[in-house]
Amino acid sequence: MEGAHDMGGVAWSGPVKPEPDEPIFHAEWERRAFAITLAMGMPGGWNIDMSRFARENRPPQDYLSKSYYQIWLAGLEQLMLERGLVTADEIEAGKPLHPAKPVARTLSPDGVAAMLHRGGPTQREVRSPALFAVGDRIRTKVMHPPTHTRLPRYVRGHVGVVELLHGVHVFPDSNALGQENPQWLYTVTFDGRELWGPDGDVSVKTSVDAWESYLEPA
Amino acid sequence: MTGHDHDHHHHDHDHSELSETELRVRALETILTEKGYVDPAALDLLIETYETKVGPRNGARVVARAWSDPAFRARLLADATPAIAELGYAGRQGEHILAVENTPRLHNMVVCTLCSCYPWPVLGLPPVWYKSAPFRSKAVKDPRGVLADFGFELPDSTEIRVWDSTAEIRYFVLPMRPAGTEDWSEQRLADLVTRDSMIGTGLPKQPHEAA
Repeated sequence: MEGAHDMGGVAWSGPVKPEPDEPIFHAEWERRAFAITLAMGMPGGWNIDMSRFARENRPPQDYLSKSYYQIWLAGLEQLMLERGLVTADEIEAGKPLHPAKPVARTLSPDGVAAMLHRGGPTQREVRSPALFAVGDRIRTKVMHPPTHTRLPRYVRGHVGVVELLHGVHVFPDSNALGQENPQWLYTVTFDGRELWGPDGDVSVKTSVDAWESYLEPA
Repeated sequence: MTGHDHDHHHHDHDHSELSETELRVRALETILTEKGYVDPAALDLLIETYETKVGPRNGARVVARAWSDPAFRARLLADATPAIAELGYAGRQGEHILAVENTPRLHNMVVCTLCSCYPWPVLGLPPVWYKSAPFRSKAVKDPRGVLADFGFELPDSTEIRVWDSTAEIRYFVLPMRPAGTEDWSEQRLADLVTRDSMIGTGLPKQPHEAA
C-alpha cells in the first residue's frame, strides 16, 4: 500500500540524530508494549506480514505523529479487534467486559527462550527453478497494491542487476492475507543515478531484497 | 495550567501525553492478563532478555572473532547464520543473517526503509534513530549525508553500498580491523567494535580510544 511507512528517498527535513548512551526503552510503557506485542503473537496466531500491515495501514498523519511503540500498540489493538480477542468497549473501559475467546496456546515464562530461539524462519523448499541468475538485468514492476507489499516505491520501474539468490521465501504480499505462496528471493542492486537521476551519487549502489514476482527481465 | 513558564508548559504537555499512552498500555495488559492471553512473568522475561542479554556486545564478539580467526571469518562471510550460531546467537529477527564486509574501497550501510528490520540476535533492539524518518528516508539516497550526520566522511573513491532490508534477510556489517591491533586478544578487540560500526553508520574505535 502507499503509506507513510514507505520512506525511502522522501524529502525529510533535519539530520539523523543519534542519542548518546541511548537506553533500550525510553519509558516503562514501551517495555510493556514491546513484550505484550511479542507475547500476543502466540495466542493471536497472526504472522509478521499481518503485523506489519496492521502497523502501516493508517493515514499518513496518524503514522507520522505516533512514536515507534505507539504504532506497535495501534497495530496490536487492530489485530486483536479484528479477531475478537478484545473489543472496542473493553479498550475504552480499560478492563475486560466479555468472556475470553478460546486460544490455541499462550506464552509461558518457560516457553520464552524457545520461542525467541525458534524465531520465524521464512525459507521454504525449492519447487521450481529460479527465473533469474546472478548478473541478470531486471526491471522492477510498477505496481500500487492497496494491500501489503515489500517493494518500496523508490525502486519501482527501475533497472537493476541480480546480485544474490536467497532461495525460496514466504511471499509477504500474500502472507499478509494468509497465504504463504513462497517464491524465489533475490538481492537486486541499483546505481544511484538509475534511482535518483542527476541527483544520484555515482559512488553509491543500493539494493533491496525482491521476490520473483516483483521482477521482469530488462 | 497558567503557562507562565513556556518550558514547564511543554514539559507538562509531554508528560500528560505520555501518561495517556502509559494508562492505555497498563489497561491493555490488565485486560489481556485477566483474559488469560498473556502471563506477566513471561512479559518480564522478554523485557529482561532484550535489556540484559541480547545486544550489540554479541555482535562485537562475532566481529572480534572474525578479525582474529581467518577460518571463522571465511565461514561468517560464506554463511553467517550458522557461523554466528557457533557463538550461541540465533533466533528471532536473525533467522537468515548475511554478513557484508567493509574494505578500503567499499563501505556497507544497512537500513530498513519500510519499517525497522534489524539483526536482533547480534545487535539487540534498534535505536530510535534507526527507526526514524530522517534515517529511513535519507540512507538510500544520500548515505554520505547520513555519515556526515554521524560526524565522519569517507573518501570519494570509496564506494558506498546500501542494503535496504525489505525481506527477512538481516544484514550485519563486518567493519575493518583498526591498524595497530595486530597483537590484541579477541576480548580487547571486541571493545573496539561499536554498534554503529556494525550498521555502517560508524567506524570501530581506534586503539587509543579503547577504554
